Parts: sequence; structure tokens; C-alpha cells
Amino acid sequence: MKSRKREEVFFKALMMASLTLVFLALTGIVAVIAAKGLSSLNLAMILETPKGGYYLGKEGGIANAIIGSLYLVAGATVLSLLISLPVALALQKEYLGKRFADITRLVLDILWGTPSIVYGAFGFVVMVLLGLRASLLGGIIVLTLLMIPIMARAMDEAVRLVPFELKEMAYAIGANRIETTLAVVLKQALPGIFTGVILAFGRGIGDAASILFTAGYTDEIPTSLLDPVASLPLAVFFQSGTPVPEVQARAFTAALILLFIVLVVNIIARLLGWRFSRNIVR
Amino acid sequence: MKETQMKDRLPSRQLRKRRLQEWLGVVAGRGVLIVVNVLALGIFCGLLWKAGPILQAIPLCDLLFSSDWHPLKNSFGLFPFIVGTLAVTGLAMLMAIPVCLLASVYLAEYAGRRFRELARLVIDILAGIPSVIYGLCGILVIVPFVAWLGDRAGAATTGYSLLAGGLVLAVMVIPFIISISVEVLRMVPDPVRESALALGATRWETVKYVVLRKAKRGLLAAVVLGFARAFGETMAVLMVVGNVAEVPASVFDPAYPLPALIANNYGEVMSIPLYDAALMTAALILMLVVAFFSLTAHYTLMRIGAANE
Amino acid sequence: MSKIEVKSLSVSFGSHQVLRDINLTIPDRQIVAIIGPSGCGKTTLLKSLNRLLDLNEDVSVAGDIFVDGENIYAPGMDVTVLRKKVGFLPQRPYPLPMSIFQNVAFGPRIHGLDASRGASDEKAEKKDMSALVEHYLRLAGLWEEVKDRLHAPAAKLSIGQQQRLALARVLSIEPEVILADEPTSALDPISAKLVETQFRILKKDYTIILVTHILRQARRLGDYIVFLYMGDLVEHEPAAQFFSSPRDEKTRAYINGEIS
Repeated sequence: MKSRKREEVFFKALMMASLTLVFLALTGIVAVIAAKGLSSLNLAMILETPKGGYYLGKEGGIANAIIGSLYLVAGATVLSLLISLPVALALQKEYLGKRFADITRLVLDILWGTPSIVYGAFGFVVMVLLGLRASLLGGIIVLTLLMIPIMARAMDEAVRLVPFELKEMAYAIGANRIETTLAVVLKQALPGIFTGVILAFGRGIGDAASILFTAGYTDEIPTSLLDPVASLPLAVFFQSGTPVPEVQARAFTAALILLFIVLVVNIIARLLGWRFSRNIVR
Repeated sequence: MKETQMKDRLPSRQLRKRRLQEWLGVVAGRGVLIVVNVLALGIFCGLLWKAGPILQAIPLCDLLFSSDWHPLKNSFGLFPFIVGTLAVTGLAMLMAIPVCLLASVYLAEYAGRRFRELARLVIDILAGIPSVIYGLCGILVIVPFVAWLGDRAGAATTGYSLLAGGLVLAVMVIPFIISISVEVLRMVPDPVRESALALGATRWETVKYVVLRKAKRGLLAAVVLGFARAFGETMAVLMVVGNVAEVPASVFDPAYPLPALIANNYGEVMSIPLYDAALMTAALILMLVVAFFSLTAHYTLMRIGAANE
Repeated sequence: MSKIEVKSLSVSFGSHQVLRDINLTIPDRQIVAIIGPSGCGKTTLLKSLNRLLDLNEDVSVAGDIFVDGENIYAPGMDVTVLRKKVGFLPQRPYPLPMSIFQNVAFGPRIHGLDASRGASDEKAEKKDMSALVEHYLRLAGLWEEVKDRLHAPAAKLSIGQQQRLALARVLSIEPEVILADEPTSALDPISAKLVETQFRILKKDYTIILVTHILRQARRLGDYIVFLYMGDLVEHEPAAQFFSSPRDEKTRAYINGEIS
């Protein structure tokens, strides 16, 4: 009896330790980024683009990367929403039958797991083929490719959670598939759909590998879709690789801003989730 | 009340409109599904097509198992990179798995509902942190730590090493694996637990003999998914792993995983024809391996989900 | 006069046969109660009448069903038109995920029964949507309870109210037949009584087919009784005859509560 108890206590201690480790990792990361990033954070960092000598530690900011990231992700989120939502809705078995839907889910799962660097390389090949330079457009397209499987699968899960009886109610009063989907499924799955968008947004804004070759990097804020564009993850990456300490410190500031955006979007998503669930039937 | 005839009459305008609308919607739905499938096929074929030249020029065996990497002399042995990827990922998994299992068992079996919700929030946030941030923290914290550790162990190291890469990667995949594992454990139906507890088993014995046994395959799937995720991770690893194209001899040696190889060199290789194809082969390997692992895992999870419905 | 005729209907899910060779004539403007022990295929028979069965996977239906002489399983039959004519009231009243108003307005809107959406039927009287909604909510006996919060989510209603909302929803598409699948089984006694009262009023204008596992409800409401047992149709005849002089041994046993 005693050894049984002791074993449980021992493993429980190990579990607590593991969990503490996980919590520590989060607080550690946030603390490190905040501590190092705040030291170089000032208004100029957010509002100005890099001036001459910025990369030697002189004046300027990373407005180019902040704006660039927002452009990239906004474009990619809209594009992938336009594709993912119809995909998720069409994966209902009324549309194509279970078999074709399952095959598509499988394909989406493969795409979901495909490393972002592969998307980057593929995107680059396509752009060379089309004669495009690294540009905002290229970055948006590659990010869209990356985000579609994430968004579509998350939405698909939400759509699948809509109770069959609920759809049956709409069919029972003579609604057709489109009417049922738009009036019932879409409304019922709305919170889940929204979560999918946020999930993909978070992945998109933080991803560096896919836009490394396709979006380029520039000190300017792009004025057209064909201009190259800077981004926050790459600002972190490039600045952390320089030998100048001031610039390295600014990598942390860029990381702090990136982290801030990701966290704020997460919090807003959770708050808005309540509003979308108003009409939900449980 | 008048009887309406359902057929053999001209459909009203409203009905014609609805039929057209449904037809259009269904066609569009099928269209996007086809587009997605074609897209995936396109990516795969594109990679295969670009990797083609080198697959024809050099036997696959040499490409995969030669350590000779001298692009300028037209020798492309991917072996050091493949070993680098496997080593970094393996090391990360070795460190992540025990932590993940213990933490998820606690969250699924012991923790109260409110604590579990809180932990889920933390883990969600952790999983959403961009990988460059992990890499940056790695440079600041883990690399010096590994350098110090190497010093103690008597190994000459800068800290940019296999171990540093593994550590960063472990921290990255832990939240990912935990969130799936907790889900898997929660899927074990409560009556299963109750029947063991009713026999006088302690909570831990119930977990050890019943719950874990039931959830075994699902947990394995979670780990495999984590592996697939780690296998293709690029930036965080690239920033701390050292990037030297040799087969590492110890955990304190630098390594050079496949994704880092692509990220560091792609875009500047148009001048050497086969170089381009070699990097595409690397991308193709990544895609195939990850596809294989995520597919098996997803299938296992889907089967478990279906069995529990 | 017969409204619906079922001819040698057999239904199976996969390899499991649920209904065997059902032949049945359902009279117009009466309450027809389908009774029988649970699992005997009552709901399946009901759902075959407006082809809601089609939504299930690997279901196979053989035989024919005629509504007003039209074969509803004939190729080219538009199920949305069929389901408008043959409405369905579910066992558990899932409200649609929208407001109370929208729940009732949904059907008329898609079928174009309101004035604002233009023509539907040549002679049908065209009404304003809010008038329609009020009319059907009154008909279902729910208007007084919800008239001040028409735009609140329907999910917030009590379950008894939800069932009457479902009734309003069915009525709103102007059906001729109402299929009701144990419509009171999820309700408290008071709400159940309300729904039963509505049914008695409605049978003047509608053919109501009611699945119930409560024998007393069938006695109270039914004008015509259909008794199913293990997928077979045992007896069907006017209620008085059914309860006073059942022909079949199984029927007698069921009425006496020996099998359930």
C-alpha cells in the first residue's frame, strides 16, 4: 500500500515539474523578449522607416516591416478566406459524397503539414516561371498557400460539429443545400470559422521561411503589389544576424512588436468569439 | 385547401431561381474542392519537375547517402543534411516526449476544469508564438547555456550546435504535442476510468494501467504529428544550429538540417544548374517525409475519433 | 378520401432492414397516429413520407409513395417542393440558429410566400412578412409569449416554446400534411397539452401524421391508427375500430400493455 502511494506521489511531482517547465517557458520567452525589446522600443522604431546607417545602429525604425507584415497578412487572410470557407462548406457530405470529401481532407492534411520552407521554394519557382520579382504579391500568394490548409481544416472541423438534426430542420421545411448551408450551417459554425481565420492569421504573420525568397526585403513601404516588402519575422531574423549590438537589440524590439500583435489578435479573437455565438443552438 | 401539384407544371420563377442558385452553389463548391486538390498536385509536381535534372544526373543512392557536398564541383551529397535533420528532430523529440506525456496526463486526469482551461490558454499562446521568436530567445539563452555546458563537458563548442537546435525545437513542439495529447486522453470515456477506480485502483494506477493503455495509439499519433512539425521547422533551428555541412559527431557539434540548407542558399543558386535541383530535392524529401508522418497520424486520430462516436 | 398511399415500401439501412413491404392508405384531414414499440420503424416510415430519409447514409428505399396521386420517389421529383407540401415536426425541437422572427420567416422567404419577395403562386394572397410571422406564431399558440422579443435568439426559448416555434415554422410554409415525430416526448405536461390542443385545431385544415409511443396520446388524438411491429405493418384502421375490436393478436397484446 505504501509503495503504491509513493509511486503516485513521485509521478505527480514529475507531472507538476513538467507543467511548471511549460509555464516557465512561456513566461521566460515573454520576459526575455519584453526585457530586451523594451530597451530599444521608442516611437521612432514604430513610426519611421530605416534611415541611412540604420543597420550600423543609427537612426530609423521598422515601420517598413510592421506595415509590410500587415499588408502581407491582410492580403493573404482575405485571399485564403475566400478559398477556405467555400472549401470547408463544400466538404459537407451533401455536396460531393463522403469519399471525395475524405480525399480532399487528406490532401489538406498533407498541405497542412508541409513545411513552410517548401512553400517558399515552390513559390519562388513559380515566380521565376512567371517572371515575377520578390514582391508583395508573391509574398501574399505564398502565405495564402500556407494559410489555406490551416484555415480550411479548422473551419471544416467547425462545420462538422454542426448537429445533423439542425441541418435536418432546414431541409425539413424544404430548404435546398445552399439555403441550408448559408442560413444554418454558416451561422452555427461562425465562432469556429472565426477561430480558423485567427489561427491562420497567427501562423501567417509569424512565418518567415515562406516569404524569405518570395516577398524580399526593403527599407521602403511598398506602394504597389509588385514592390518588394519587408516583414516583421524577417526583420527579427536579419537584425539578429548582424554583428552590431544596437541592431541586435532592435531584433528584440521587432520580436516584441510581433509578439504583441499575435497576442492582441488572440485576445480580440477570444472576446469577439462571444459575440458570434449569440444565435448558436446548443 | 387546394391541392398543389408538385410536378408536371411550369415551375414558378422563385423555384427556378432557387434551383439555379443551388446548382451554381454546388458547382462552385465542387470547383473549389477540385482546385485545392489540383493545387496540392501542382506543388508536388512542381517540386518533382525542378528536382528532375539532378535525379537524372546523379543516382538517388549517391544523392541521399554521400557526404560529399561541394556544389561548385558538382558534387551534391545530401547525407550530412539528412542526418542533421534527423538528429535535431530526434533530439528534440527525446526531450519533449516525457515532458509532454507527464504534463498532458496531469492536465487531462488530475487538473480541475478551471486550471485545465487556463493551461490550455497558456499552451495555445505558446503554440502561436512565431518561430523566429523562439530562435531569438534561443540565441540569447540556449546558445550560451549550451556553450557553458560544453565547456563543463570538455567539448569545444560555440554553443551553436545540435543540442541548441534540439532544445529550441523541443520547446517549440511541446505545446503542440500537449494540446493534441490532452485531447486524446479526454477522449477516453469516463466509464473506463470509473470501472478501474471501482476496483480500488488509485488514480495513478487507473492512469497507468487503463487510461494510457486505451490512449496509446492516439498519444503515438500526437507524437508523430509533433515529429512531422519539428522535421520541417526552419527558422528557429537555423538560427541556433550552426549550419556546418558535416555529419555531427556529438551533440555539441554544429549541424545543418535540410530546411536550413534551403533557406540559406535558395534564391542565389540560379547560376549553378544542378544546385537548384539539389535544393528542390531537399524540399521534396521534406514534403514526402512530413506527408507520410502526418498522414499516418491523422488517420490514426480519425479512426480513434470515429470509434468513439 | 386518401391523401397518401404507400405501396410495398421497404427501407433498409445498410444490411439492416427496418421496414418490410408496407402497404398503407392515409386519409385526408385526420390525425393519423403511428404507434408501436420503440425501434419498430415508426420514425423511418414518417421520414420516408417527405424523403428526409434521403439525408441518411447508405439508406435504400424500395417501393412507391403517392401524395395526391404523385409518386414522390419518381425521378425528377424536387424534394424541396415535396417538403414544402409535407412538413415535418421533429422530436427534439432544434431552433435554427437565428432570431425567433427569422425562424418563422425563413421558410416563407425561401419559398417566396411573402409579398416583398414577389410572385409565388398566382392566386395566393400576398402578405407582408411580419404579418405572416405573427399569423403563424398565433396559429402555433406562441405569439403572446414572444411578441415583445421577436428578435431575440430562438435558442433562448424554453423547450416547450421551441417546440411550438417549430410548429410555427412548419405551418409557415403552408404545407398540406404535417409529419410529427413524437412531438411531445421532450416536453413538460403543460407544453405537451398545449401542442395537443393545437393539433386538434389544425386537423380541420391539415392531414397530421403523428408518431407516438404513448398509447393514451394515440387514443386521445388519433382518428386513424397505424400499428407497426418490428418493421411490419400489423394493422391500420379507424381508431374506434382499432381500440374496440383489434383483429390481430399482437395488436391486442400491445393495447393491453403486454408488449411495449
